[in-house]
Amino acid sequence: MYRFRMPSLGADMEAGTLVEWLKKPGDPVKRGDIVAVVETDKGAIEVEIFVDGAMGRHLVALGATVPVGTPLAEIEGPVEEEPAFGAAPISPPKGAVLPLAVPAAKRPVEEGIRASPAARKRAAELGIVLATIKGTGPGGTVVLNDVELAAGEKAPRRGLDIAKMRQAIAAAMARSKREIPHYYLASDINMSPALAWLEQTNAERVPEKRLLAAVLTLKAVALAARRFPAFNGFFDSAKGYLPAKSIHVGTAVAIRGGGLVSPAIHDCDQLNLDQLMDKLRDLAARAREGRLRSSEMSDATITVSSLGERGVQTLYGIIYPPQVAIVGFGNVIARPVAIGDKVEVCPLMTATLAADHRVSDGHLGARFLREIETRLQEPDKL
Amino acid sequence: MSPAPKLHLTRESLVALLRQMTRVRRFEEKCDELYQVEKIRGFLHLAIGEEAVCTAVMANLTPDDAVVATYREHGHALVRGVSAREIMAEMYGKAQGCSRGRGGSMHLFNAAHRFYGGYAIVGGGIPLAAGLALADKMQGRKRVTACFLGDGAVAEGVFHETMNLAALWKLPVLFVCENNLYAMGTRLDLSESETDLHAKAQAYRMTSESVDGMDVVAVDAAANKATAMIRETGAPYFLECRTYRFRAHSMFDPQLYRTREEVEQWRKRDPIARLAERMRQAGMIREDEISAIEEDVKNEIAEAVRFAEEAPWEAVAELARFVYAESAS
Amino acid sequence: MTADNHITYRDACRMGIADALRRDQRVFLMGEDVGRYGGCYAVSKGLLEEFGPERIRDTPLSENAFTGLGIGAAMNGMRPIVEIMTVNFSLLALDQIINNAATIRHMSGNQFGVPLVIRMATGAGRQLAAQHSHSLEGFYAHIPGLKVLAPATLEDARGMLWTALEDPDPVLIFEHVMLYNTSGALAAGAGAVPINKAAIRREGKSVSLITYGGSLPKTLAAADQLAKDGIEAEVVDLRTLRPLDEETILASVRKTRRAVVVDEGWRTGSLSAEISARIMEQALWSLDAPVARVCSAEVPIPYPRHLEDAALPNVPTIVAAARGTLA
Repeated sequence: MYRFRMPSLGADMEAGTLVEWLKKPGDPVKRGDIVAVVETDKGAIEVEIFVDGAMGRHLVALGATVPVGTPLAEIEGPVEEEPAFGAAPISPPKGAVLPLAVPAAKRPVEEGIRASPAARKRAAELGIVLATIKGTGPGGTVVLNDVELAAGEKAPRRGLDIAKMRQAIAAAMARSKREIPHYYLASDINMSPALAWLEQTNAERVPEKRLLAAVLTLKAVALAARRFPAFNGFFDSAKGYLPAKSIHVGTAVAIRGGGLVSPAIHDCDQLNLDQLMDKLRDLAARAREGRLRSSEMSDATITVSSLGERGVQTLYGIIYPPQVAIVGFGNVIARPVAIGDKVEVCPLMTATLAADHRVSDGHLGARFLREIETRLQEPDKL
Repeated sequence: MSPAPKLHLTRESLVALLRQMTRVRRFEEKCDELYQVEKIRGFLHLAIGEEAVCTAVMANLTPDDAVVATYREHGHALVRGVSAREIMAEMYGKAQGCSRGRGGSMHLFNAAHRFYGGYAIVGGGIPLAAGLALADKMQGRKRVTACFLGDGAVAEGVFHETMNLAALWKLPVLFVCENNLYAMGTRLDLSESETDLHAKAQAYRMTSESVDGMDVVAVDAAANKATAMIRETGAPYFLECRTYRFRAHSMFDPQLYRTREEVEQWRKRDPIARLAERMRQAGMIREDEISAIEEDVKNEIAEAVRFAEEAPWEAVAELARFVYAESAS
Repeated sequence: MTADNHITYRDACRMGIADALRRDQRVFLMGEDVGRYGGCYAVSKGLLEEFGPERIRDTPLSENAFTGLGIGAAMNGMRPIVEIMTVNFSLLALDQIINNAATIRHMSGNQFGVPLVIRMATGAGRQLAAQHSHSLEGFYAHIPGLKVLAPATLEDARGMLWTALEDPDPVLIFEHVMLYNTSGALAAGAGAVPINKAAIRREGKSVSLITYGGSLPKTLAAADQLAKDGIEAEVVDLRTLRPLDEETILASVRKTRRAVVVDEGWRTGSLSAEISARIMEQALWSLDAPVARVCSAEVPIPYPRHLEDAALPNVPTIVAAARGTLA
């Protein structure tokens, strides 16, 4: 069916108002006939048709203002296929890359130290040699902040006020201990399969792409939370427990100077290990710079805490309200373990669960922990 | 205005004139159609009704001569020999357009046919034409440079400056003034104290003539006389062609400045219909021949549209090429 | 024109034109009063007698038209030198220069080029008041499609024209009115010079003084003064305003870490602003101080001597600006 559309009548015409039909349904039309009158910003313009046939149904009412290209009427008869309206792409072809006004490649490498004027001035004031400072500005340039850090001054980073942060943590932890009846469970997990898998996987990768053990534990927790929704959600004093639809695992990040944040990795259960690694890296970096997004700060549905290499064997956590669980991972320590009737040395990691007794009990908690353990025995399936 | 001369041209040349005017007419109508579906963008100025002028003048130029035109120049380029497909591709903005797609409707250029451009500034090309003629003269080449301009350009200072210089330095320029009575939306009598445009040439002591621009035979005779004079004497000539555009100045023009009746009156003098009728009456052409011309032209234009549709775009990476000449300079 | 030893800038210009006319039959000179009058600034004195009226053409006062004629002639095999008496009158020819000369190659898809040279006198200093004192070369340097030159030395006055005439694209040459009378020595065989490179007129290491055209002598004088206080200024003569020789400019700034741009145009939207932006973009980390600019005061240039002097860049202001980058 050929449809007669609002034509473009000028370079700056975007829409037109149909004010008069000169052909009614049934009237024969031939190429060149004026069939309607369109009111534009400049005045009324007669509009012609380019096919032969008969006027069909009118599709737009008189007085309607419609954009260029809107079908106005159907045309019946031996008409050719409707031409594609502006089908020839008006926009530039795909892959268009505009030539840069200052091609980056043209810039020769500057000799000497790259340091901003502000940095130079401060360094001069403080008596610091620029060459000793690592630059974090564009292209490794030493910027003002780098100089101040090097001088040991507490330059408050954008968005990070450690003192205020500690106040908030104090309030939250006090509330948690006041309101949430915590119960605690611990379990030792044999990490041989996980560590072996990690070693083998990382051996084949370049350093930037290597995985940390943390992604294995995070993923294991996320998958376990899928099976045990009682540990993934929020407790509301009025409404009770609200299991969360998604699994956003909060991961505690320590900040130099005494700060601590637990930004969320959204949909942790859906990410593969590489994606998880990237997210972790990104979050940790941004957390330390105070550049976390508000959704990352508030969306965690369960938290994982680990003290890493400088930690201890067992870590008992305090739940972040309104969450209902926190999983803690201690160091991996080689310990003697009875396997069958032999004693062997295995790399063991103690995993703890602190959970809200209003929502779950030890029985369920144990199954949750066991699920995490089981997952970590099959790292290739994480 | 001189009376319509008898049809003493050969049948062949008359058929040629009819064919060329028909090509221009159908090409312009197709551009109109394509503009309305946004295949052609920007400004579009159609010469429907004015075909006799470019057709007849070009018929009196040789390939060695040069042509400078305005922004209403599709017909001029077409009749001069630039292919319909290259012009159409240019209208689309495609790389195989006659200006590499970069100019569009108002800037058709073609070196092979010595077509030195369409210009968007009214009067912008006029001194350029005189310069082309100056170069020919200084290098001892006997050529004519045809400079097309509208009635609006006559108001621009540069027109008068150039007329003066061309007459003073005796430059072989044929100034063809396509007087269609309107400079965009302003009628001639509202902008010119002297509306007899060819009379202005006398102020520069330049030979001039005024002719019925709706009569291709009359224009042909006048152009013939003018070019002969220029070739013989090397002096410039001003030819005013009184014509009319049946369509608006450009696409987005509600024509508030003229009446429908006026347009209808002029339509009765359609140059193509007129020539066809006179030839019929003189027994110089049959209906089937006219139909054959229409059919040929229709196919030629359809092919040009296909070519334009399928032609590629110039790569954006080439944007900065040819601001200056490339390579060994 | 015998002993090349003590000639003036205007002599050098004339020699350049005469050389070209002799060397290349396609070259001709066209402009107001270039023939019988001998040129408003006496640059073309004697040329009509030697080359005749076909090649030295006096035009009526029709800047727009004769510039357009120059464009057309250039497109059809000639190599015209259009002389627009001063940049002030070039405003009448803006349509031809910007809408035609600059666009035709690109707009025609490389089918036609415009190998045209336009020479114009420019600048202030003769108490000619607002309408005769513009320095608009920076404005023309804004336009892609044009090349813009500012010869400040005798060698350049003579040699740039040659290279410009060989160029397949439109070249505008700006001769500062205060330079015509300057004199000096010019090597006997001085010929074509490149038109795409800046020149270090004085080497130094404390601050880069970047300038062109009529401001070069003032800048050199300022450098001499600074030297008395142990400040060794490097003077960069841009020579070409479009395209700018970034390499030379940036190398100098990276060396000295300080820059002062001396430009007789008005500061706002001027060539000095462009140079400053480029230094910022490409040599920021090398700077020890913001780029300083010495330009004309933002006023139409006035008639009385003391006001005109105050309005234009002068040696004391250049010296002060240079010191300001070091303090």
